[in-house]
Amino acid sequence: MSPLVRVPAKTPLWRDVRVLKWVFQLAVLGLFLGIIAWLYNNYQVNIAKSKIPTGLEFLDNPASFTMPGNDFNQSSPVWSAFVQGFYNTLRISIVGTILAISLGTLVGMARLSKNFLVRMVAGAYVEVIRNLPLLVLLTFMNLAVVLQTFPRIEDAWKPLDLFVVSNRGIAIPWFEGSGTILLSVLAGALLLAVVIAWIRGKYSDRTGKPARGLLYGAVAFIVVTLGAWLTLGYQWTLPFVEDRGTLGGLRLDPSFFALLVTLVIYTSSHIAEIVRGSILAVPKGQGEAADALALSGPKKMRLVILPQAFRIALPAIGNQSLNLLKNSSLGAAISYFELTQIAQITVGNGSPAVPAFTLTLLVYLSISLATSIVINVFNRRLALVER
Amino acid sequence: MKLWIRRNLFRTWWDGVLTVVFGALAAWVIWSLAEFVFVTGRWSIIEVNLKLLLVGQFPEESLWLIDGSVIAIAFWLAAALGGKPQAAEDRQSWGARLGDTLQRFGLLVALGVLLIVLAGTEASLGIAAGLVGAIVVGRAVNAARNRWAPIQRIPAIIWHLALLIAPVALISLTLMQSDVQLWGGFLINFYIAIISIVLCFPLGVLLALGRKSTLPIVRLISTTYIELIRGAPLFVLLLLAGVALEFFIPSEVAPGSVFRAVTVFTLFTAAYLAEIVRGGLQSIPKGQIEAGKALGLSTVKITFLITLPQALRNVIPAQIGQFISLFKDTTLAGAALSIVEVLKVSEAITKQDDFLGQGYIYEALAFVSLLFWVGSYVMSRESQRLEKRLGVGQR
Repeated sequence: MSPLVRVPAKTPLWRDVRVLKWVFQLAVLGLFLGIIAWLYNNYQVNIAKSKIPTGLEFLDNPASFTMPGNDFNQSSPVWSAFVQGFYNTLRISIVGTILAISLGTLVGMARLSKNFLVRMVAGAYVEVIRNLPLLVLLTFMNLAVVLQTFPRIEDAWKPLDLFVVSNRGIAIPWFEGSGTILLSVLAGALLLAVVIAWIRGKYSDRTGKPARGLLYGAVAFIVVTLGAWLTLGYQWTLPFVEDRGTLGGLRLDPSFFALLVTLVIYTSSHIAEIVRGSILAVPKGQGEAADALALSGPKKMRLVILPQAFRIALPAIGNQSLNLLKNSSLGAAISYFELTQIAQITVGNGSPAVPAFTLTLLVYLSISLATSIVINVFNRRLALVER
Repeated sequence: MKLWIRRNLFRTWWDGVLTVVFGALAAWVIWSLAEFVFVTGRWSIIEVNLKLLLVGQFPEESLWLIDGSVIAIAFWLAAALGGKPQAAEDRQSWGARLGDTLQRFGLLVALGVLLIVLAGTEASLGIAAGLVGAIVVGRAVNAARNRWAPIQRIPAIIWHLALLIAPVALISLTLMQSDVQLWGGFLINFYIAIISIVLCFPLGVLLALGRKSTLPIVRLISTTYIELIRGAPLFVLLLLAGVALEFFIPSEVAPGSVFRAVTVFTLFTAAYLAEIVRGGLQSIPKGQIEAGKALGLSTVKITFLITLPQALRNVIPAQIGQFISLFKDTTLAGAALSIVEVLKVSEAITKQDDFLGQGYIYEALAFVSLLFWVGSYVMSRESQRLEKRLGVGQR
C-alpha cells in the first residue's frame, strides 16, 4: 500500500506556523523599536542643537507668575505651581463629577417620564447639549454669560441676600475658617449613617422586620451634625460686597464657575443617555414584578429599577467621570489655574516643553488609572454573577 | 384629545405641578430664543463676516474651487450612497419619500437657505442651484446604476473610483492652488476632521486587530498605545504638539499648525476607534471563524474577509459617534494651536472696530453653535437610520 500523498518528514521553516508567528512578531517589534529609536534620535539631535535641558531640574526654578486667591507667589518653585494645579484639577473634577452624575440621573429619568412635557424638555436638553462642541459651550459660558451678562461688582445680583453674583465671580455662604472641621464632621456623620444603615440592613435580613436604613441613617447624620454644631459651634458667614470685591462666604472664581457649569452641563447630557439606556435595559419583568407587589411609582423606581440600572450604568458612568477629568484641561483655554494651564504657563516662561508636558500627561494618566481601578473593583462587586 | 392631556400631563397632582413648571420653563426658553433670533439679535455681524467664518482668509479668486468641491462632494454622496433596489412592497409613494427626505435633511436645507439669506449675493444662489443640480444628477446616476443592466455590469471598485474622480480632482486642485495655512473658518474644521478620519481609520483597525491578536508582543504594543492615549487629555496632546512636535521629526521638515493638528487628531482618534472596532470584533460569533477555518482559509483571509467586515458593520453607529466627536473637537485646535478655525474667528470678529465692546459674542457664538449642531445632529440621526437599515442586533 502506497500513501496517496507524500508527506514531507518535517515542515520547512518558512511554512511552520510557530516560526512564522515569531518572525512576524519580531518584525513588528523591530518596526516599533525602530520608530521609537528614530523619534528619540531626532529628539536628541534637535535638543542638542537648541541646547534645551531634558531633565526635571526646571521644577526647582522660580515660577515667576502669580495665581489669585492663594499664597503662591513669583518666587515659589515651579513644582509648587504644579501641586496647586493638581489640586485645582482634582477640585473641579470631584465637584463636577458629583453634580454631573446627580443632574444626569435626573435628566435621564425625566427622559422616560410619563409626563409629555417633562419628557420633551429633557429630550431637547440632551439633544442640544450633546451635539455642541464642549469648547463652544465653555466659551459661551465664559465670555457671554459670566463676563458679559453678569453685572459688575457695583451692581451685583444678590438673590435672597445669600449669594453675590457678579463678573468677579460667585460668592456663596460658607463656613469660613472652619471648613476643614466642618468637612471632617460631615464625613464622619456620613460614615456613621452608612454603617448604621448597613447594620439595619443586616438586622432586617435576620429578623424580616423592615430595615428603614435610610431613616435611621438620616437621623444619625442629623444628630451628629447638630451635636457637633452645638458643641464645636462653627460659624458661617454670608458674602457681602466691600470695596470692589466680596468678603465673607466662599468666592468662586469666574473661570472656575464657568468651567464647572460647562463640564456639569456637558457631562450630564451624556450621563443622562447612559442612565436612560440602563433603565430601559432592566428586564421588563422586574418592573412588572414591582407592580404586582403593588409598590408605588417612586418606590418601584428607588427599590427595584434604579439599583439594577445603576449596576448596568456603572462602567459607562465611570468612563464619563474620566472624560470630565480630561475635559477639565480645557480650563487652560479660559485661564482657570488647573494642571494644563500651569504647564502651559511654565512652558511659556521658559521651562522645557517636553518634560513639562510629559509630567502633566503622567499626572492625568495616574489619576485616570487610579479612578479606573476603583471603578473596576466596584464593578466586579456589583456585576451580576451568571453561571 | 382630552384623554391624552389627562394621561400625559395631569395624571396626578404632582404630575400637574411638573407640567406647569416645565411648561413655564419651555415657554420661557422658546420665547427668549425667538426674541433673540427675530428681534434683539443683531445679525449684521454675521452678514459682514460670513466669508471669514466659513473659509477664513482663503483667497477670493480661488473661491470657485471650494464651491466646486462642495458641489462635487454633494454629487458623489448622492450618487454613491444608498439606493438599494427596494422590494416592490416597501416601495413608498413619491409624497412619502419626499416627506422622509425632508425629515432627514430638512435641517441641512434650512441651514443652506439661512446661509444664502445671510450672504445675500447672486453667487450664493448659483451655488445653491449647482448643489441641487448635482444632487438630482447624482440620484439619477444612482438610479441608473440600480436599474440599467449595462451599467450594473461595471465592477463596484471601478464604479466608485469613477464617481470619486470629480471630487478628488477638485479638492487636489484646491490644495495645490492655496496654502493650507491660509485656510480658516469652518473650512479648516471640516478639512482637519476629514483628513484625520481618513488617516486614523487604518491605524485604528490595525490597533484593534493587534489588541485582539494571539501574538503576545503585538498585543502588548497595541494595548499600551491604546491605554496611554486614552488616558491623556486631547487638549494637552494638542498643546504638546504645538510646542514640541518639531523635536521629534527631522529638523528639515517645518511642521505647520494644521499638520500638527492632523497628527494629534489622527493618533488620538485611532486609539478610541481601536476600542470601538475591538468591541465589534468581540461581537462576532466564534462559529464564523470556525467556519472560515473549516473552509481552509488562512488567518489573514479569515480576518479580512469574514470577521473584520462584520465587525465594522456592527459598530457603524459607534464609529460615526466617534467621528462626530472628532468633528466637534476640531474647535480645540484653535485654542491650542492658534489655527483660525471657526470658533476662533467668531471671537475675533467681535473685536473688530465696528463691533467691539457691544456684546456681539452672543450672535457670533450662536452662529457657530448652529453650524456644529446641525452637522452633528444630522450625522447622528443618519447613523441611527443606518443602524436600523443594516439590522444590527437583529440578525
